[in-house]
Amino acid sequence: MDNFEPVIVAFCCHYCAYTAADMAGSQRLSYPPNVKVIRVPCSGKVDAMHVVKAFEKGADGVYVAGCLEGDCHFKNGNTKAARMVAYVRRYMDEIGIEPDRLEMVMMSAGMGYRFAQVATEITDKIRRMGPSPIHAAIETGKAA
Amino acid sequence: MITAERKPLEELIEYIRPYRRILLVGCNECVTVCAAGGRKEVGMLASGLQMALLKAGTSIEVREHTLERQCDPEYVEELVPLLDGVDAVMSMACGCGVQEVARRFKNKPVYPALNTKFMGASERQGVWAERCMGCGNCLLGETGGICPIARCAKQLMNGPCGGSTSGHCEIGDEVDCAWALIWERLKELGQQDRYVEITPAKDWRAGKGAGPRKIIREDLAE
Repeated sequence: MDNFEPVIVAFCCHYCAYTAADMAGSQRLSYPPNVKVIRVPCSGKVDAMHVVKAFEKGADGVYVAGCLEGDCHFKNGNTKAARMVAYVRRYMDEIGIEPDRLEMVMMSAGMGYRFAQVATEITDKIRRMGPSPIHAAIETGKAA
Repeated sequence: MITAERKPLEELIEYIRPYRRILLVGCNECVTVCAAGGRKEVGMLASGLQMALLKAGTSIEVREHTLERQCDPEYVEELVPLLDGVDAVMSMACGCGVQEVARRFKNKPVYPALNTKFMGASERQGVWAERCMGCGNCLLGETGGICPIARCAKQLMNGPCGGSTSGHCEIGDEVDCAWALIWERLKELGQQDRYVEITPAKDWRAGKGAGPRKIIREDLAE
């Protein structure tokens, strides 16, 4: 795949990262269009199934963005999300997808700059890693 | 409940490698509660298998279905219309469910996706511990509600043994000594006299000692 542009899915908590994305916009901070933001009511509401399905559909990277530790609007959704991410990373290893394609990040609603920075860093990392083996296999199947 | 854990993906892939289309069947009972084989786990495994095979340059169609209960023939019958064109069935139930599906559909290979572990209870969210071994002659009434068969590594009828230290079993500090628990509980109940009584050797024929068991309720049996 020449000129590879990764597809990255970001599950963003309404109370922090999603608002931080808005903040980034207000501050005129740009972040890569590769990142497809999905707003969720709490990062703890993101199920392992959603993450696995994203990879199955061809996402090259996924991250779950929740509130800073101790700041979850629903008490501990962000720590639950972090445990879910750790669990799915082990499952990805079993499947044969590099676990580093999945990350848990934390930020507050005011961190517009951090949102843009995280989006840029993760996009750069996934771009260096190349397409996910599933994305590559889907593309090969289409070409055949 | 009966507890179980998913087998490693690699082992499951070896089972299904020869097939083009499989039916993955979950169970809404015990294995749903212990997060091993319910609807969600069926979805996770179906995706995992498909991705692992896609990565290996091949593909498989995985049909998903979760039964209300896989150990009852009435529910297993629901699978009939789903089996058309299916090469094999993979069951995410406990061993009872796997065998019930295999008994009903004799012309389809049936594979277990789980390793069935034990009859247990939930200690806290995400943690299950063994509580019963189905010995067929319950003695919890004598032991303060704590089972020395399931929870003592040696299944002692009169414990504890010399390996009990500060309430822990010698097999590992994370394992409570069942007899230490029994003693504490009997003290709380004011039933220490029960502890003094010597329990005779157990008749294991009520358990697995006399081979596979069956219960027949004559008023219900047809």
